[in-house]
Amino acid sequence: MTDLLWVIPALPFLGFLVLVFAGSRLSTSAVAAVGVGSVGLSAVLTLVLGAGFLSSPPPDGALRVTIAEWMSAGGFDVRFGLYLDALAMVMLFVVTFVGSWIHLYASEYMRTDPGYARFFAYMNLFVAAMLVLVLADSLPLLFLGWEGVGVCSYLLIGFWYQDDANARAAVKAFQVTRVGDAAMAVGLLLLFAHLGTLDIQPLLAAATAEWEIGTVAASIAALLLLGGAVGKSAQLPLQTWLPDAMAGPTPVSALIHAATMVTAGVYLIARMHPLFLLAPEVQVLVGIVGALTLLIAGFSALAQTDLKRILAYSTISQIGYMFVALGVGSWHAAIFHLFTHAFFKALLFLGAGAIINAVHHEQNIHRMGGLRTELPLVFWTFLIGGASLAGLPLVTAGFFSKDLILWGAFSAPIPAGNVLWAAGLLGSFLTGLYTFRMIFVVFFGAAHGHVHERPGVRMRTTLLVLAAFAVVAGYLETPHLLGHITVFSHFLASAVPVVEASEAVLASEPLALAVAVMVSLAALAAAWFLFLERRALADAIAESGVGRAVGRFWLSGFGFDRLYHWLFVAPFTVLAERNRSDVVDVLYGAIAAISRGLHYVLRTSQTGRLRWYAASVGVGAVILLMLLIRP
Amino acid sequence: MVTAFYIASAMAIVSTALAVSRTNAVHALLYLVLSLISVAVLFLLLGAPFVAALEIIVYAGAIMVLFVFVVMLLNLGRAGEQQERRWMPPRAWIGPALIGAALLAELAYVLPGLPALGQEGAMAVKPVAIAMYGPYLLGVEAAALLLLAGMVGAYHLGREPDKEARR
Amino acid sequence: MTAVPIGHALLVAGVLFSLGLTGLIVRRNLLFMLLSIEVMLNAAGLAFVVAGSAWGQPDGQVMFVFILTTAAAEVAVGLALLLLMNRRFDTLDTAAASSMRG
Repeated sequence: MTDLLWVIPALPFLGFLVLVFAGSRLSTSAVAAVGVGSVGLSAVLTLVLGAGFLSSPPPDGALRVTIAEWMSAGGFDVRFGLYLDALAMVMLFVVTFVGSWIHLYASEYMRTDPGYARFFAYMNLFVAAMLVLVLADSLPLLFLGWEGVGVCSYLLIGFWYQDDANARAAVKAFQVTRVGDAAMAVGLLLLFAHLGTLDIQPLLAAATAEWEIGTVAASIAALLLLGGAVGKSAQLPLQTWLPDAMAGPTPVSALIHAATMVTAGVYLIARMHPLFLLAPEVQVLVGIVGALTLLIAGFSALAQTDLKRILAYSTISQIGYMFVALGVGSWHAAIFHLFTHAFFKALLFLGAGAIINAVHHEQNIHRMGGLRTELPLVFWTFLIGGASLAGLPLVTAGFFSKDLILWGAFSAPIPAGNVLWAAGLLGSFLTGLYTFRMIFVVFFGAAHGHVHERPGVRMRTTLLVLAAFAVVAGYLETPHLLGHITVFSHFLASAVPVVEASEAVLASEPLALAVAVMVSLAALAAAWFLFLERRALADAIAESGVGRAVGRFWLSGFGFDRLYHWLFVAPFTVLAERNRSDVVDVLYGAIAAISRGLHYVLRTSQTGRLRWYAASVGVGAVILLMLLIRP
Repeated sequence: MVTAFYIASAMAIVSTALAVSRTNAVHALLYLVLSLISVAVLFLLLGAPFVAALEIIVYAGAIMVLFVFVVMLLNLGRAGEQQERRWMPPRAWIGPALIGAALLAELAYVLPGLPALGQEGAMAVKPVAIAMYGPYLLGVEAAALLLLAGMVGAYHLGREPDKEARR
Repeated sequence: MTAVPIGHALLVAGVLFSLGLTGLIVRRNLLFMLLSIEVMLNAAGLAFVVAGSAWGQPDGQVMFVFILTTAAAEVAVGLALLLLMNRRFDTLDTAAASSMRG
């Protein structure tokens, strides 16, 4: 079982290699077979491995495999090693399973694109890098995967690079995440400097042994790792890249910017949870960042008109929830929400892709409408996904995972817990509001355009499968009141600590649950009222002076792009303009100029006259003799 | 012996100075021959009869004669003499004289204070011959090759150019 | 007999060499330059013989023979070149052959 672990990331990587070198010579179906097949096989292997893992759990909870030595210099020793515990198992399942369904969808969605082979090459490379990230047993290897997914994100966002806007979006994504990556790299250096190793488990053991709770070094390291997570997961203050990343093809948005890459930050914090437990202030900060982000993104999503941008802000918001869970120490809740979110968000994106394709690449929701009758399957699956996102009680996975987070915030012993809980509730209301706004505007009402293309078999199958999971995946973990199923947290218990609330707090669980249910239903009702029944009222609010100003503010994502432009881009551009003639270049130019000057001076000694040369020899001999005779 | 040495030295120096500064080529050559003969005398006085003979035979007798042949070939004449006079006004001597003098001064600084000379028994031909065909055999062979090269080179360079163009 | 101080003998060689060098630099006619070179070679040879005499070894004379050989070969080739130059430039002025200017 252990021997096959390395095959899981190797298969997509092999797929990448094949497609890079031979992709242009293969037919479309061959490319699809390689591209989808490699990830699909990885998924099958994951399921096999998972079954084995469940039936006979390995000792001390994890499988370890060392493949080869990477580098060894001084005290710095890194190997290519894989570490599979319950946490990695969950991530593995999400990446490969959801990934292979998305690949299948993409094989039909992208079939007319001239860069078909290139697309699948990049997608396979992405999956390989993500798997390396998840399976890494040491932080450098994790960082390798981390950077790998960043590169693939850049390549895939800018897939249609011929359009300048896409290329710019790709560069923006890369640059913003780079800021986070830099922080993370500094964090890694700090950890190595203090603890002498970067292998994850030994490092965490050393940290808990050596550092007291509240040690400065632990706090700084945790803060820096948070910086990296914030960049990759598009949280405050590095969230500006994700809405623009929608410039990439829809399957890319589904895979990278919903299900997998953006969750890497959550995974990192969950993986390094002992470090965060040593730095309680930073952990609270994680929660605060999550809460702020989920609110900002929630409001922004409400004002968007582009279908994919709504979903992008929604993703930012939902990851905010995961950060809140991490902040209050509910590690399993964060991972559970990651798990369910992958299904319903991918479903929503793929559904959006089908919609956009159907209405001839129109992405403005106000120019759609009445698609309920034209695209019934898409409508129902999208509805299921949206309901899951909004956390419709009892019947959707999203309800259970979000409720678990809210419960975690409510029951957490820290003082900030209640604030976070309130923010989560408000966010839940917003989520329901913007989700159903989206659904009602797109699928109900009068039709504006007409449908060109209906999704094919592969796309429909994928939507159905994901919809099924978006419903049932939640039943792995239910609250005390509703059956108290703890399959998920029990599985994860070997990797992350699961904290049970005290008896006193447990008593108020029914109340908390009721409040959550009411909020989500209220959101549905409000959306129904505003966007279906009394559209005129909603339009009037939007058109009013205040409404317009606020709407603009929310549309721009709370003005962060403007802020960053003013803070970073503009000064840099001004400085670059001033330094047009490049001060540093003058130095190098000076070297050349001096060289040239010397050349002209020495040139005069080449007179071409024989007697001059003879005289030079004589003078030279005289001088040499003088130097020799001197002492 | 010693006085003879100094007289011969003086002769060599004076005749060399004259040789170098004449405007008439033939005059210069003849003065140089005189200088070479003086140096041969010096060799004799230093107890090296073999090279003294060689100096006269080869240097004065062959090399200088070669020079004379070439001068005759060139047929410089009066025009050549005038040209030389034009090229060598007195002020042209200043720079070169300075360089030469500087060199001489350095040599003069270093050279005296070395031990005396004049071993018993002149170095006759036999030891020289044994040395040449013993340890210095390779040098002798090389010198022979050099002469061959010089001969071939001189022949080739001195040929009349072909009537028809080769290329 | 009183010996000749070796320093004086070498000094004579030095004087002859300096004269040759001066002549080389000052003269413009190639023939006289070759002449000055011969003077310098001769002076070097004198120095060798003096040294050999000082040590009481035949090596100095052997060296002189080598120098002589070299001078002979060099004169042959040099004079041939001189004739060629005369044929080409119609003059023996070394300033005429200065196209290799810096």
